[in-house]
Amino acid sequence: MTLLVLLPGVVCLGLAAATALRPRAAWGRLAGLLGAAAILASGIALVAIVLNGSTPTAAGGLLRVDALSAFMLTVIGAVGLTATWAGLPARSGPNPPGRYVSMVCLFLGAMSVAVLADNLGLLWVAVEATTVATAFLVGHRRSRHSLEAAWKYVVLGSVGVAIAFLGIVLLYAATLSAGTPTLSWSVLDHTHPPMDPALVTVAAALAVLGFATKAGLAPMHSWLPDAHSQAPAPVSGLMSGVLLSVAFYAILRVQAIVDPVIGPDLMRNLLLTAGLLSLTVSAALILRQRDLKRMLAYSSIEHMGLLALAAATGSTLALTAALLHVLGHGLAKSSTFVVSGRILAAEGTTQIADIRSLHARRPGLAVPLLVGMAALLGFPPFSMFFSEVAIVVAGFQGGLGWVMAVALALLLVLFAGLARHTVRMLFGASHRDAAAETAGGAPAVRLPTAPDRSAHGPRVPLAIAFGVVAVVGFAAGPLASILAQAASVLGGTP
Amino acid sequence: MNDSLFAQLVSLCAGLLLLSGVLIVWRRSLTAQVRFLALQGAALAVLVAVIGDYQTSAELIGVAALVLALKAVLLPAVLNRAVARGDAGQLETPVINTTAALIASSLLTMLAYVVSRPLQAAGSGPAAKAVPVGIALLLYGFLVLATRRHAVSQLVGFLMLDNGIATVAFLISGGVPLVVELGVSLDVLLVVLILQVLTGRIRTEFGAADLDDLSELRD
Repeated sequence: MTLLVLLPGVVCLGLAAATALRPRAAWGRLAGLLGAAAILASGIALVAIVLNGSTPTAAGGLLRVDALSAFMLTVIGAVGLTATWAGLPARSGPNPPGRYVSMVCLFLGAMSVAVLADNLGLLWVAVEATTVATAFLVGHRRSRHSLEAAWKYVVLGSVGVAIAFLGIVLLYAATLSAGTPTLSWSVLDHTHPPMDPALVTVAAALAVLGFATKAGLAPMHSWLPDAHSQAPAPVSGLMSGVLLSVAFYAILRVQAIVDPVIGPDLMRNLLLTAGLLSLTVSAALILRQRDLKRMLAYSSIEHMGLLALAAATGSTLALTAALLHVLGHGLAKSSTFVVSGRILAAEGTTQIADIRSLHARRPGLAVPLLVGMAALLGFPPFSMFFSEVAIVVAGFQGGLGWVMAVALALLLVLFAGLARHTVRMLFGASHRDAAAETAGGAPAVRLPTAPDRSAHGPRVPLAIAFGVVAVVGFAAGPLASILAQAASVLGGTP
Repeated sequence: MNDSLFAQLVSLCAGLLLLSGVLIVWRRSLTAQVRFLALQGAALAVLVAVIGDYQTSAELIGVAALVLALKAVLLPAVLNRAVARGDAGQLETPVINTTAALIASSLLTMLAYVVSRPLQAAGSGPAAKAVPVGIALLLYGFLVLATRRHAVSQLVGFLMLDNGIATVAFLISGGVPLVVELGVSLDVLLVVLILQVLTGRIRTEFGAADLDDLSELRD
């Protein structure tokens, strides 16, 4: 069991080192895939073990797996596998540089360590390590834009996370003056040392502020659209699909520690503010987005805002729904980002205005884009429909009626904006036709070219990811029990 | 080490930290900023050693050596390389002038004393009394980040912010557990190395390491 806990970190670090040392090895392009597969395998195995009632530990108690950790590890593995598999370069094309693959492995490993750590300090180190790993991935294309995005991302990300570290330091000081110096959240969860509430209040506020920066919650979100739009598509998918959720997981852990000490009000107010602001910002900016990838990035801010509202509600229903939402959003968003990368490769642009009548011209790309956007918009049967409904219902039950009413109104705006952009890209007439029609002439005669049915990359991972998102909302059994257990780890009130 | 000597040494180190912080806010020359940052790192290392000696903790003495190597030698050397690449001796033009920056720093110092109240409640003695100095350094770091437009100054601001957090950590709880301390040091080093590489790329791409040029991505 110890081996299973160590497996994700060790495999990913090993692959990162191997690809850095042998950048030209033929198997190098598969390294990210292998790392993600190892994470997924050990995640599923750990879910089974945790459901049997044990909590494996490793590395002298630094790593510990409870239901929440096992679930998050599975999500990282599943999303990682989707993004790396679907993002594989064509076999005929050149191998990606060794450093790219190496950084992807490091990134996956750091995220796994973050969710397995039983120590807020180690969790912080792992979250900061994700910034280190993704910095060069964001700046991978070396254009002016990607350089600017990388600079903003590293500076804002590191400063924000440094603030979270101050919060963790103060929490440590509070435990020290309570007589049990520890940063282990399992110890803090179970023993409840008598900590100074004033100090814990400051610590909690700083920690949430810091991790919220990394989670892309408004008003600390300004790096996110830049970084997510400039990174290579599979990396955007990983950052949007899981990195944000991993940072959000850190907030959930902090909440579980501090709520028993100072009551739920502080965290609830902070999270409500951040959640509503995030929804407002994304709703205000989604309508005038001109770039497909930036649009997807703002949609991520929207979904993080929803998660913040769910965490603020704090009931078992809300937390269970939030975790289901993490899974659904991760898979759907990473797949859609990969599709946007294929569109960039095929069309040479991600400008929404330049992508027209995609459905007629390139059905191989249009169908996955349509399915992905439908999932992100929350159409049934995709799981996000159920998790969003559950979050709103839980909010109404928890006495947050007016917040949820505002959130619903903002979600409607977001829905309209995203749907409008998507429909235009898929079915909209191209500029040339529109110009010809307004000029009164007949539409320009086009050569009857056969539509491009190629998917421009592996179809299977996208099909699996969308399939999982479609059925996971109905899946009971092990998923329901692991979600319920994870919510109870977070101290959800029934 | 007796209590009064400890109190004096802690105050001396805290004074040095604060002074170096103000000097960084004051000086416009990049070389001077980096030199004062090294001084600040050394003062922090001495502070850690003093606390370690007072608590007779061999671990903290080791951490002091690590802090000295990292914050007083290694990181300033990285920054110096970033400066030397292009504009050694360059005077940058901050968003606000020197007088305003110094007044802002004095206001921030007062703010630091006000907001540190709940933090000082956690402990007593000379170490807890010096906690506002760490918060002041943190706020100076933000000031530098907000008002300087040169890439290297931003790095200086980030490191001063980090020094401030480290100062609070050592004063309030004698530092964090060793594993975490090592991980944090490694992360800070890597972040600074990345930013140094990015600074070089910005300089080749834009002709100068001035961040005002980085304004093409917007909605």
